[in-house]
Amino acid sequence: MTTPSTILAESSNRSVLERMHAWAVTVDHKKLGVMYILCGLVFFVIAGLEATLMRIQLIVPLNDVLTPQGFNQMFTMHGTTMVFLVGMPILLGAGNYLLPLMIGARDMAFPRLNAFGFWLFLFGGILLYFSWIGADGLYGSGGAPDVGWFAYSPLTSRTFSRGNSTDYWILGIMVSGFGSMTTAINFLATILCMRCPGMTMMRLPLLAWMMLVVAVLVLTAIPVLTAAQVMLLFDRTLGAHFFDPQQQGSAVLWQHLFWFFGHPEVYILILPPFGFISEIVPVFSRKVIFGYALMVAATVGIGFISLGVWAHHMFVVGLPPWLNALFAASTFLISVPTGIKIFNWLGTMWGGRIRFSTPMLFATGFLGMFIVGGLTGIMLAVVPLTHQLSDSYFVVGHFHFVLFGGTVFAIFAAIFYWYPKVTGRLMNERQGVWAFWILLLGFNLVFLPMHISGMLGMPRRIYTYQPGRGFEIWNLISTIGVPVQILGVGLIVWNMIRSLSRGAIAGNDPWDAWTLEWSTPSPPPEHNFDRIPTCTSARPLWDRKNPTDPDEHVE
Amino acid sequence: MSSLSTHQEIWQPSRGKVGMAALIGMECFFFSGFIVAYLYYIGASAHGPFPRDVLEVKPVIVNSVALLSSSWTVVAAVRALNTGRVGSMGFWLLITVLLGTFFIWGTLAEWRTLIYDKGLTISTNLFGSTFFALIGFHAFHVCLGLMALSTVWVLGVLGQLKPSRDAMRLELISWYWHFVDVVWIFVFTTVYIVGMRP
Repeated sequence: MTTPSTILAESSNRSVLERMHAWAVTVDHKKLGVMYILCGLVFFVIAGLEATLMRIQLIVPLNDVLTPQGFNQMFTMHGTTMVFLVGMPILLGAGNYLLPLMIGARDMAFPRLNAFGFWLFLFGGILLYFSWIGADGLYGSGGAPDVGWFAYSPLTSRTFSRGNSTDYWILGIMVSGFGSMTTAINFLATILCMRCPGMTMMRLPLLAWMMLVVAVLVLTAIPVLTAAQVMLLFDRTLGAHFFDPQQQGSAVLWQHLFWFFGHPEVYILILPPFGFISEIVPVFSRKVIFGYALMVAATVGIGFISLGVWAHHMFVVGLPPWLNALFAASTFLISVPTGIKIFNWLGTMWGGRIRFSTPMLFATGFLGMFIVGGLTGIMLAVVPLTHQLSDSYFVVGHFHFVLFGGTVFAIFAAIFYWYPKVTGRLMNERQGVWAFWILLLGFNLVFLPMHISGMLGMPRRIYTYQPGRGFEIWNLISTIGVPVQILGVGLIVWNMIRSLSRGAIAGNDPWDAWTLEWSTPSPPPEHNFDRIPTCTSARPLWDRKNPTDPDEHVE
Repeated sequence: MSSLSTHQEIWQPSRGKVGMAALIGMECFFFSGFIVAYLYYIGASAHGPFPRDVLEVKPVIVNSVALLSSSWTVVAAVRALNTGRVGSMGFWLLITVLLGTFFIWGTLAEWRTLIYDKGLTISTNLFGSTFFALIGFHAFHVCLGLMALSTVWVLGVLGQLKPSRDAMRLELISWYWHFVDVVWIFVFTTVYIVGMRP
C-alpha cells in the first residue's frame, strides 16, 4: 500500500463539486450511513443549544432570558429534535453503515429506497425547522411548534395553537417518519435475505438481531403515529373533530395513539445502543458474549412487551384502576428481559481481560447510567408514586438517564469503536478518555439534581419558578453542569474532525475484533468485500485467527 | 475445520417478498389507527346525521362483491404470467382494474349522496370525521393498487413484460391488492355492521 487508505485519500483527486455530487446521488449504504450520522450530529448540536437556553433561563428563579412562549418552543423543539432528528437517524444510520458489512453483503436489499429514506428524513427535519420562519400563517402568530413533543390535545387545536406551527410539527415528523419506515423495510429485507454463506440466524451479530427487532417496532409504531397525525391534520385543516372535546372528540384517544407509538419509540432508541454494547463489551473483555441465545430471546421479548406498556405514560389521566394495574404489571415485566441483558454484559466482563479503551469506557459508562435510568423507570411504573412524580423534573431526570446516559453514551462508544472502520484512522485515545470523564461529570451534574428538584415538586415544562421552595440550588447545579457537558461533547467533535487527517492509520482490524466488518479494508471499498466472505460461527474472525480452536466446536 | 459448516447453505427468503410483507404489515398498523378511532367514536356524535340515518348498505354490498372478486381475477393474471401467457394476463388484469374502478366509482357515488343530499361532511360531526377518513384512506389505497396494476397492464400491451423476470413482481403487486381487499373486509365490518347497530 503506497498511500494510507483513508476516507480523505480516497477522493482527494476530484474537485469539491464532483465529490459533493457523488454524495448527493449516492445509493451506497456506507455513504448514506455517514450522511445520516453527520446530519444527526448537526441536529444534536442544535438541540443541545436549545437545551442550553432552557437551562440558562432556569438558573435562577424569575429569570427572563426566554419568554414563556419561547421556552415552550425550546422544549418542544428540543424533544422533537432529539427523538426524531438525532436518535433515530444516528441509530438507523449506524445500522445502514454496519448491517451489510456485518452480515457479509455488498449493500442493503434496496439501495435506492435507502437513499430515498435518507432524503425524506433530512427534508422532514428541515421542514420542522422551517417553522421558525414559515409558520406565521394567516394569524401572524407563528414561530416554532410550542405544544410539547407529544403535542397533547386540545392544546393542538386551532383554538389554542394559532398560526401553522403545529402543522409544521405534524408534516415534518410525518415526512421523516416515512423515511424511517422505508429504512425499516430495508433493514428487514437486508437482515433476512442478504446474509453471506454460513451466516445462520443464530450466528447473526447481536447488533443485527437488535436492528431486526427495531425494524419491526418502527413498522408497528410509526404508522400509528402517522395515522394520529393525519387525524390531527384533518382536525386543523378540514375541520374534523377527532380530538375536539366540544364535539365529543377525545383528548385521551390522542394520548393512547401517541403513546402506542411513543413507548415502542423508546425501545427503538435503546435497542440499537444495546446492540452497540453487545458488540463492544465482548471485544474489549476478550471474551465471547455471555448467553448469546438468551440475549436474542430477551431482545425479541422486549420487542413484544414494549407494544403493551404505553399507558404507563397516562397514569394520571384517570384511566380505570384495573387498566392502570395492567400497564404497571406489563411495565414491571419488561424490566426482566432488560435485566437479563445487563447481567449478560456484566457476565461477559466478569473474569475477562478488560481493556479500557475509549469505546469500552463509554460502554461501561452506559451500563452505570442506564441502570440508574432503568431503576427510576421501575419506580415510575408504580402507580401511586407516579401520582406524586408525574410531570415533575424527576421524570425529566429519569428519561435523560435512559436516553442521554444510555443512548447517547452508547452512540459515543460506537463512534469511537467504528470510526477507524469508517475513516481509516483511529481517534485520539487520550482526548477520548478526557472527553469521557468530563462528559460523565457534566452529565451527572445536569441530570442527577433533577431527581431531587422533581421530588421536591418542581413541575417540568415551566419557564420559571418562585424562590424559596428549595428548587434554587438544584437548578443552579444543573445549569453549572451544562458548560461541562458542552466541553465534553466539543472535545469529541474536535477529536472526530482532527483525527480525520491526524489520527493513526487504523488498518483493517485495530481492536482485534471478531465480526465480518473488520475483515475488509478501512474504509471499506464501495463493494465492501472483494470476495463475499463465509461465516463459520458467531465470531467468524476468531475462527480465522485461531484455526486450531474455532468457535464452531462449541456451537 | 469441517468443510460442511464453512460452506453451509442457508435458506433465505426473497427480498422482494420480505419487503412487500413488511410494507403490508406497516399498512395494517396504519389502518388499525383509523379503525380504532372509528370504533372508539361509535355513537359519540353530538348530533346527526347518524350512521343508521344516512348509510345505505345495499349498494356497498354490490361494491364489496366487485372488489373481493377482483382478488380472484388478479390471481388468474399472476398464474397466466407465471406460465408465460402475457395476453391472458392482460385480459385478467383488465378485468381486475375494471372491478377496482367500479368499486371506486361506487364509493364516489356514495360520497356524493352523503355530501350533497344528506349533508354529511368530514366536519359535520365525529361520525363524518371518522367515516370519511377511514373510507377515504381505503379508497386511496385501492387507487394506488389500481395505478400499479394498470402500469403492468400497459407494459403488457406494449410487450415490455418478460415472464421470467416479471412474474414475481406481479405476484408482489397482487399481494398488495389482496391486502387492500382484506382491509376492506375489516372496514366493511366496522362501518356497515358494527357501526350500524342501534
